[in-house]
Amino acid sequence: MSDMSHSLAETIPRMEALAVEQGLKFFPVDFELVPPSFMMEVAVYGLPVRMPHWSFGLRWIYQMIQHRMGHSKIFEVVFPGNPNRAYLVNTNSLHENTLVVAHVLGHADFSRNNIAFARSQDEVGYHIVEQAASHAHRIEEVIKEFGEQRVEQVLDCALSLEPHIDTQQPFNRKEFPRKHVVEDKPAAEGFHARYADLPGEESAPSEPRVSNAPIPPKPEKDLLWFIAHYAPEMEEWERDIFLAVRKEAWYFQPVFNCQIMNEGWASYWHSRLLREADFLPSSMYVDCMKTHSDVVSPYAGDQQVALKLNPYHVGYVMWEKIIKEQGVESARRIMEQEDDFGFIRNHLSRELADDMKLFSFNAKRNGEIKVAENSLDALHENILAPKFNFGAPRVFVEELKNDGTLILRHESGIDGRGLEIERARKVLQYIAAVWKRPVKLLTLDGEDNEAWISSEAESS
Amino acid sequence: MFLQDGGQGNSHKHWYDLFSRGTRDWLRHNEKVREAVREHLPEMIAKSDVLSKPENRTVQVPVKFLEHYRFTLRNSDEQSGAGQGKAKQGDTLRQGKPGQPGGQGEGGGDGEGAFQFVLEFKTDEILDWLWEELKLPNLQPKEGSNVDVDEYVREGWDKRGARSRLDRRRTMKEAIKRRTAIPDTPVPISNDDLRFRQLARKRQPTTNAVVIFLLDVSSSMDEHCRKLAKSFFFWALQGIRRQFSHIDTVFIAHSVEAFEFEEEEFFQVSGQGGTKSSTALELAEKILQERFDNSQYNSYLFYATDGENFSNDREQSSASLARLAPLLNFAGYAEVSHSNTRRLNTEVGRLWQQLADNGHPSGSYSLSNDNDIWPAIKAFFTDQAAQQQVDV
Repeated sequence: MSDMSHSLAETIPRMEALAVEQGLKFFPVDFELVPPSFMMEVAVYGLPVRMPHWSFGLRWIYQMIQHRMGHSKIFEVVFPGNPNRAYLVNTNSLHENTLVVAHVLGHADFSRNNIAFARSQDEVGYHIVEQAASHAHRIEEVIKEFGEQRVEQVLDCALSLEPHIDTQQPFNRKEFPRKHVVEDKPAAEGFHARYADLPGEESAPSEPRVSNAPIPPKPEKDLLWFIAHYAPEMEEWERDIFLAVRKEAWYFQPVFNCQIMNEGWASYWHSRLLREADFLPSSMYVDCMKTHSDVVSPYAGDQQVALKLNPYHVGYVMWEKIIKEQGVESARRIMEQEDDFGFIRNHLSRELADDMKLFSFNAKRNGEIKVAENSLDALHENILAPKFNFGAPRVFVEELKNDGTLILRHESGIDGRGLEIERARKVLQYIAAVWKRPVKLLTLDGEDNEAWISSEAESS
Repeated sequence: MFLQDGGQGNSHKHWYDLFSRGTRDWLRHNEKVREAVREHLPEMIAKSDVLSKPENRTVQVPVKFLEHYRFTLRNSDEQSGAGQGKAKQGDTLRQGKPGQPGGQGEGGGDGEGAFQFVLEFKTDEILDWLWEELKLPNLQPKEGSNVDVDEYVREGWDKRGARSRLDRRRTMKEAIKRRTAIPDTPVPISNDDLRFRQLARKRQPTTNAVVIFLLDVSSSMDEHCRKLAKSFFFWALQGIRRQFSHIDTVFIAHSVEAFEFEEEEFFQVSGQGGTKSSTALELAEKILQERFDNSQYNSYLFYATDGENFSNDREQSSASLARLAPLLNFAGYAEVSHSNTRRLNTEVGRLWQQLADNGHPSGSYSLSNDNDIWPAIKAFFTDQAAQQQVDV
C-alpha cells in the first residue's frame, strides 16, 4: 500500500463515524484511488465505463487541451448508489484527498435523502455504474455483430436526444392504448336529423364507437422512449440502445438539476467535518482549508468579476446561511425536498444576493456585456435558465401519421425563440436514419415565423 | 469503509491501464473526419501543402472538429446571464467589437466546431478516393512491357499459421489481455494467445515508367505560375505512380536553353529572357533515346508554361514535338497563367492541339488559380484513362 492509501485508510473510517455523528445518513461508499488519466475519462464519459461514441472522443480531446493549459483540475467524482462509488486522484496531495473524502460523504448524504435522487434511484436502481458497464458491453457485442457504422448511426441519434426524457412520468411506462372508445354519439344531421324528429321514433341505442387512438394522445416529451416504442421498423438491439441511453439520462438528470444544492451541501459538510475532525493533525487542517477556499472561490485566479457562477461557491454560501439561521434540521428538510429551481427561488434572498455581489448581465452579439437591472426575480431566472428542461429546448412528439411520418413540435413560445435550423435538420436526419420514415419539426425561424424543418433534403 | 488503490498496487494491473477509451473514441472521430474530408477532395488537392520529396508521400490538410448535433436554440441578439463581483447596473464589463457586429463573442459561438487541427493523409489514400470519385478503370500500362509478378504482402492476423510467421508482439499482447481478464491462470502463454501473420497474394505490375517534366522558367513564369505547375505535376506524378512499380523522373527547365535538373532544384531554377520550347522538347527526346529503352518504359511527358513561345521557334517546336510524340504514352500540357482569358489559345496551346489532331495521346489543361487544379487533375486522369482504354 502506498503512503497515500495508508493514510486514507486510517482517515476514512474516522471521517465516516464523524459524519454519522453529525447526522449525515448515507449508503456505504467505496473509494478508489485512480490515476489522473482515468479520472479525466470518468469526467468526460460521466460514468466509469460507458458506451463508445466518437462524441466522447471529442469531449476528451477538449478536456486534454484544457488540462494541458492548466485550466482544470479534477478532485473527485462520486457515483450515487448503494454503495456509492467515489474516485480519488492518486497524484493529488493527501490533504486534497482528505478533503475530498469529507466532501464525498456530503454528496452521499445528499443523494440518499434528496427526493429527486431518491426517486430516480428507486426507478433505475442503485447500481448505475454496473449497469452502464453492461450497456457498454452489450453495445460492443452488437458492434461485432452488426458493424460499427450501423451501431454508430443509432448512437448518433440516441445520444443526441439524451436530454429529451420526461422524468415526470414513471420510468417504466405502458404503451398508449392503440384503440379508444369514442363516447359521444355522432350528431344527427341531414336525413337522420329529420328521421329522428318523427313522432314515435325511439332513438336507437347508441353503440360506443371504437376507433384508432391518436398517438401520442397528447404531446409526448420523452423522445427516447417514444422512438424506442413506436419506430415503424426498429430492431430489438436498436431499441435496447435507446433504452440504455434513456436509463443513463434518467440517472444524470437529478445530478444536473441539483448541482448548486448538491455541491454546496458537500462543500458545507467537508468544511464542517474537517473542522470537527480532531483526529487530523492541525497542519493538515490548515492545508485542507486552503484547498477549501480555492474550491469555493467565486473567481478564477485573481479576477474580480466572474461571468459564470461557481456552483460550489453559491451553494456553500447559501447552505451556510440557512443552517446558521434555521438550524441543521430545517436545512436537511430543504435538502430533501428541493432541487435547484426551488432552492434558488425560495432561498436565494435579496440579502444573500447582495452579500455575494451577484448581478444579471446582458451580452450582445458583438461581444458587449453590460450589467443589467438589479432585480432578484431576473437574477433567479438567469441562474436557472441554463438548467430548464435538462438544458435542452422543449421538443415534443406531436403526431405519428398514418404513413409513419413523425411530426415533432418545438415549444418556441416557452423557449422564447426558435431552434437553430441547420442543427435541428441534422438531428432530424439522425432520427430519420433510425425512424426510417420522414421526420418533420415545427419551430420558428429567424423572423419568428413558423417554419417546418424536414429530415429530407429541403424543406418548404 | 472500502478503499481500493488502483494506481500503486503491483499485484495486478487495472483494465484501464491497458487502453484509453478517450483515445479510442478520439481516433474514431478522426476516422469520421477523414470520411467527411473526402467529400472535399477538390479543396484538399488544391490546398494541400505539396511536399517535393517523393519519398514523403503524405499531404497535410487542415480540418475542423466534427460536431455531434443536438437541438439548440437559435442564437439571439442579446443573451442574459448571471455573474458575480463588484459591478453596478449599467457598467460595461466588456466592450463590443465594432468590426464584427454579427460576429461571435469570445468563448461564445460554436465552441467545439471552431477548433482546427491538421490531419495527415497518404497521397495513395487520396488517389484511391480520386479513382473512385472519377470512376476510373485501373490504368493499364503499355502492352508488351508488363510482366505481372505475384507478391506476398502481410495482411492481418490468424490464430493458426506457420511457426515462422508467429507475431511475437501480438501474441504477447493477447497473453497480457487474457492474464489481466483472468488473473489466476497458470499459463503465461496459451495456444489461444498465438497470433500469426497472414499473407495475401497481390499481383504487382513490374513495369517501368519514366515521367519527364518540362518547366518554362523564363522571366514571365513567376511564383504564382510555378506553384500551379508544381501542384499539377505533383498530382499527375502520384497518379502515374499508382500503376508502376518503378518510376524514373526527369526534370528539365528551359528558357532559351534547356538543362536537366535534380528535383530539389527544379522549382527554384529561374532563367532570364524569352522562351524557346523546342530546346526543352529536343532535350527530352535526347534523354528518352539515350537512357530509356522504349520497349521497357512507359513514357509520360508534362510541359508547364504560360504558353508564350517565340514565333520564330514555332516550326522547330512543332517538328521536335512530332519526333517526340511517338516515343510517349501520353503528352500533357499545363498552361499556367494569371488569367484564363486566352484559354490555350497560345503558341504552345496550338502545338498541343496539333498533336491531338494527329491522334497522339495528349491532353491540355489551363490553370490560372487554385480552383483550376482539381479540374485539371481530373481531366488529366480521365483523358489518360480514355487513352488507355483505346490502347488495350
